[in-house]
Amino acid sequence: MGAQKKRAAAAAAAARVSEDPDDLARQPLQAILLADSFTTKFRPITLERPKVLLPLVNVPMINYTLAWLEAAGVAEVFVFCCAHSKQVIDYLENSEWFSQPNFTVKTIESHNIISAGDALRLIYEQNVIHGDFVLISGDTVSNMSLTQALQEHKERKKKDNNAVMTMIIKKSKPSPITRQSRLGTDELFMAIDPNTKQLLYYEDKADHSKGTICLDKMLLAENPSISLHNDKQDCYIDICSPEVLSLFTDNFDYQHLRRHFVKGLLLDDIMGYKIFTHEIHSSYAARIDNYRSYDIVSKDIIQRWTYPYVPDVKFCGNRATKLERRGICFTAFNSEIEQSRSAQVGSFTVIGYGTKIGSNSKISDSVIGEGCTIGSNVLIEGSYIWDNVIIEDGCELRHVIVCDGVIMKAGAVLKPGVVLSFKVVIGERFVVPAYSKVSLLQQPTVHDSDEELEYADNSSGTVEFSSIQGTADQSNGEMTSESSEAHKPKLGTGGVGYIWSICEGGQEEEWRHSVAPIPEDKLTELSEAMDDDQELVTQDRTALSTSGELISDSNASEGDDNEDSKDDSVYFEKEVEATFLRAVEENVKVDHVILEVNSLRLSYNMTSADCAGAVFYSMMKLAIKTPHSSASELQQNTANIITTWQKLLKSYLLEIDEEIEIILKFEEMCLESAKEFSPLFARILHILYDKDILQEDAILRWADEKEGADESDKVFVRQSEKFIQWLREASEEED
Amino acid sequence: MNTDDSSWWPMGDGVLCNAASQTYPSCNTFTHALSFFNKIEGSQATARQTAELLRSVISQQRVPYTNQAGALIDAVKAIGEQLIAANPVELAVGNIVRRVLHIIREEDLSLTTAAIGGLNLSAVSDDENDDDRDGDSTLSAAAVAAAARSTLRPPSLQTLLEDTPVSAAVPQTSSSGGDSEGKSKFSFTAADKSSRSRKLKHDVIEAVNELIQDIVTCHEQIAEQAVEHIHQNEVILTLGSSRTVLEFLFAAKEKKRSFRVFVAEGAPRYQGHLLAKELVARGLQTTLITDSAVFAMISRVNMVIVGAHAVMANGGVIAPVGMNLVALAAQKHAVPFVVLAGSHKLCPLYPHNPEVLLNELRSPSELLDFGEFSDCMDFGSGSGSPLLHVVNPAFDYVPPKLVSLFITDAGGHNPSYMYRLIADYYSADDLVVQRRATAGN
Repeated sequence: MGAQKKRAAAAAAAARVSEDPDDLARQPLQAILLADSFTTKFRPITLERPKVLLPLVNVPMINYTLAWLEAAGVAEVFVFCCAHSKQVIDYLENSEWFSQPNFTVKTIESHNIISAGDALRLIYEQNVIHGDFVLISGDTVSNMSLTQALQEHKERKKKDNNAVMTMIIKKSKPSPITRQSRLGTDELFMAIDPNTKQLLYYEDKADHSKGTICLDKMLLAENPSISLHNDKQDCYIDICSPEVLSLFTDNFDYQHLRRHFVKGLLLDDIMGYKIFTHEIHSSYAARIDNYRSYDIVSKDIIQRWTYPYVPDVKFCGNRATKLERRGICFTAFNSEIEQSRSAQVGSFTVIGYGTKIGSNSKISDSVIGEGCTIGSNVLIEGSYIWDNVIIEDGCELRHVIVCDGVIMKAGAVLKPGVVLSFKVVIGERFVVPAYSKVSLLQQPTVHDSDEELEYADNSSGTVEFSSIQGTADQSNGEMTSESSEAHKPKLGTGGVGYIWSICEGGQEEEWRHSVAPIPEDKLTELSEAMDDDQELVTQDRTALSTSGELISDSNASEGDDNEDSKDDSVYFEKEVEATFLRAVEENVKVDHVILEVNSLRLSYNMTSADCAGAVFYSMMKLAIKTPHSSASELQQNTANIITTWQKLLKSYLLEIDEEIEIILKFEEMCLESAKEFSPLFARILHILYDKDILQEDAILRWADEKEGADESDKVFVRQSEKFIQWLREASEEED
Repeated sequence: MNTDDSSWWPMGDGVLCNAASQTYPSCNTFTHALSFFNKIEGSQATARQTAELLRSVISQQRVPYTNQAGALIDAVKAIGEQLIAANPVELAVGNIVRRVLHIIREEDLSLTTAAIGGLNLSAVSDDENDDDRDGDSTLSAAAVAAAARSTLRPPSLQTLLEDTPVSAAVPQTSSSGGDSEGKSKFSFTAADKSSRSRKLKHDVIEAVNELIQDIVTCHEQIAEQAVEHIHQNEVILTLGSSRTVLEFLFAAKEKKRSFRVFVAEGAPRYQGHLLAKELVARGLQTTLITDSAVFAMISRVNMVIVGAHAVMANGGVIAPVGMNLVALAAQKHAVPFVVLAGSHKLCPLYPHNPEVLLNELRSPSELLDFGEFSDCMDFGSGSGSPLLHVVNPAFDYVPPKLVSLFITDAGGHNPSYMYRLIADYYSADDLVVQRRATAGN
C-alpha cells in the first residue's frame, strides 16, 4: 500500500514536472505513421525485415520518426503496420515507446492492404482520428517544429473549410545534370501561390526529354500570381484535417498519397478542396525513399543537420556515443570498440559497440554497426555495415550496404552500389559486380515485383536455398546478370545467396537510386546529352519565332533530326493518324474531324503546316494499307481517298507554305516509310494538282528550291520533270 | 566502505537499482525533461530542476533503520547517474547531484557527531571533572547541528583558521565518509532510531531547500557585487548573452553608475542581439559589434565581463564559442577578464577528465541555410564524400591563466583558488557518480 501511495505521489510529481500551459490549452495532436512504404525499392532487404526497422546510423528508422513526433508535441501515434507487421509490433513492444508519459503509441495491423490509400480507409473505418493529424511515413527523419505549421493550418481551416491539408516542403536544389534531387527522387515541379502558399500544381514525373511542363491555363487565369518551383523538396510530412480520411473513403481509387490524392485534389475543382504548403528553412526533414536517400540522409545525420537526432545525443532507442576528433572533422565512437593501433578510422564515421577492427584497415565515411568483426587490411569507404557482420582480411567495400550477419571471406570485393541482404556469404576473393543485389531469397518473378508491395509471406520467407558451391575464380568479375545464371548462387567458394537480376528499368536506371555516387562517365554523358538538348531547344525557339519565309529552311533541315529529337511532332502525327483512321472507319463527318484535329493542334502547339503534313501523311498511310495488287491500283486507291477527304486537307492549306509542306512530306514518305509510292510520285502529284489541293505556284516553288539541292534529293524533282515543265509552260501561256 | 555497506544493506545492490527505478516513475519523465528535447534553457533552471527532483527522491525514499545515509546516497546516485547520462553536456546536473550527495554525507556526519556528543555528554556528566572535555561537548551539543557544514567538511583553509579546536576534537569523523557506517552502528545503541531517521531526512531536505534557494538567488548575490567592480564612465565588453551578466550590469546601473557596454553578437546564435535589446530597454548605453571586431575594440575597453557555461576545478572556463578569442584579446591589451558564475556552475571535474564532454556540436543549420547550399552537399556525385563540412561547436575552453577574476555568489576569487572553493562544496567520494554495483564488490 505504501508503495502504491508513493507511486501516486510520483505520478503527481511527474504531472507537475511536465505541466505546460500550452499543452493543456490545445487538444491532443494525433499522428498516423505508416510503417510500410508500399513500394519495392528496398528489396531484397525488405523481404526479410520491414523498412522502418532498418538501421539508419545504427538506430532503426522508426525511432527517428517517433522521437520527432514526440518532441513535436504529438500526443497519440497510430502506427499502421502491414508487411512484417509482427516484427514492427514486437519491436515497438520491447522498446521504450510504449512506456512514455504523455505519448501514446498504438498499432493498427492489417495484412491485405496494398497501398497508403487502403491504409487510410481502414483507419477511417476504425474511427480513431478526432481532429487534425500528422500524416507521416515511418522512414522520415526530421527535427522541425510543428507549432508554426500547425497554427497556420488551423487558422486557414478556420477561414476556409476547404483547406484540408498542409504539406511541408523544403528548399533543395535538384541536380541540373541528372534531373533528380539530392535524395535520388525525380525533379519535382510545384506551382505555389506566393501569397497564400496554396499548392496549385504538383508534378514529380515530368517528362524531361520534352524539356517542358504543361500547366492548365486556368491556373494563370484564376490566380494573380504563381511561382513555379523546381527547387523544393517534398518532405512527405502532411498536416491533415480529418476530412482527408473521408476523402480517401469517398474516392476508393486513390491509392498513392501524391500521385492520386494530391493530384486528384488539385484537379478536382468541384469540391474545391485546397492544399497549402509550409516551407521550412532552418530545420531538416527528409524521407528515405530509395538507397540513395538512405545514403544521403545517413550522411546528413552524421553531419548533424538532424540535430538533436545525432549519434552522440541520446534519444529513445539509441545509446549515446562519443565524438572523437579525427583531423578536422569528427567521428562518433563507442567506448567499447577494439581497434588495432594501425587501423585508420577516418572522419564522419560511426562505429557501434563491440566492433573489432584489425590492423591496417582503413575506414572512412562509413557507418558500422554493433558486434562486427573487421579483419586486417580491409578497405571500407562510404559503406553501411549493419550488425554482427564478419569481414575477413583484405576485403574491399566501396559504397555498399551490408546487412546483419553477412560473412565476407578473405579478399572478397564489393563494387559500388552492391546490396548484400541478411546472412549472405561471399566467397573468397569473389568480386561482386556493381549495383547487384544479393539475397538468400530467390528473386520473386516479375509478376510479383510489379505489385507495389514490400510484402512477403513470413512463412514462405525461408525459401530453401541449397548452398551450392559456386564455381569459384572462373566466374570472377564476369558475372552477368542474365536471368538464367542469376538464380545460381555464384558467389565464389563457400558463397551462399542469389544475385538478383536487375529488373524494371534495367541497369540504365540503377545508378540513379543506388548508394554509390553517380559515376563520372555517367555524369559527363548526361551533361553532353543535356548540351545537345539545349541546342535543340534554342533551335526550336528560332523556328517558332521567325516568320514564314524561314520556316521552309528549318523544315528542310528537319528531315535529319526529326526522328530522334522531335518527339512531340511524332506523337502529334500519331494522334492525327489515329483520329483520321477512326473517322474513316466510323464515317465521321469531315467537319468533326477538322474540329478534332484542330484541338490536337492546340494541345500540341503545332502550326497548320504541321497539321496539313500530318493529315496528308495519314491519308497516304491509309492508301498504302488498303489492299492492292499493283501500282495502278494503289494509285487508284490514293485518288479515291484524296477525293473523299480533300475538304479536310484543304482546310489546313491556307497558304502556299502548307502546300509545300505537303510535297516535302510526301517526298519524305516516298524516301523512307512508304517506298511503294516512289514510282508514283509524279502521278500523285498530278492528282493533287487536279483536285486543287496543290496550286501550281507551290509545286513550282518546290521545284525551284530543290534546284540547288544534292543529286540524291532531286530524284523526285526529276521524276516529275515533265509535269513541272508542263506547269511552267501553262503559266507562261497564261501570262 | 562499499563492502561494508552491502553487508548492512538488507536487499543487496542489484535489487536496489530495480527498486529505485520502480519507485520513481517520475524519473523517466524528468530524464526526458532534462534531455535535449524539452530543453530547459540555461544552467540555472536546469540546476534548480535537478535539485527539486532530488529533493522529491529523498522525501520518497523509504529509509531503513540502519545506515540511512547509505540508502539515501544510493538512491540519489541511481537517479543522478541517469540524469547525467540524459544530458551529459549540461554539467550543472552533475554538479547538483554531487552537491546533494555531499549534503547527505554532511548531515549524517553532523547527526553522528551530535550522537557522539550526546554520549560524551552523558559520559562526561558522570565524571564531571574534565573542564576541557566539558567545554568541547557543550560545543558539540549546542552548535554541531548548526556548524556541521563548516566543521565536518574536509578542512578548508577558512575552517582550519577559524575553528581549530572543533576540527581537532573530531578528527576521526572528518577523515572519511567510510566511518559513518561504523558510527551508525554505534549510534544504534545510543539514539532513538525512528526519530533519528526522520531527523536525517528532515535535515537533508532542509539543506537541499537551502541549496535551491541559493540557486534561485545566485543572480542577485552576484549582482550585489557589481558596484565594487564597475566604475564610473567605464567601458564594459561582453560576448553573447548571459542572464548573470545582464543582472550584474543592471545592478550597477541601478546604483547610478554610468558606463557603456560593448556587446559582441555571439555568432552563430546571435544572442548578443537579445542582450543589446534588453540593455537598451533598461537605458544602458550599448554598442553592438561583431565577434570579429572584438580585437579592434578591446583597446577602448576597461573590463570584459562574461558569463560561463561551467567553471572547472582548475579554474578553466567552458564558455560560449568565441570566448577564447575575447580572452586572448583582453590579455594582449591587459584588460581584466572577469567571469561571472553561480556556484552551481562550479564543476569538481578537471577539463582533461574523460567524463567531461567539453563540447557540443550543434546543427550546421545555424550557420548556413540548407536549401541554398543543398547543391554543395550532393553526395550523389564525385567521390561520394561531401566536400563541404560544416562544424558548429557550442563551447570554447578558456584556460585559467587568461581569467583575471571569478565572481560567484560567494564573492570574488582568483582562478587558482577555485579548487579550494570546490572542495568546500563537494565531497571527494562523489567525483565519479557511479553506483557501488559497478564500482565496488
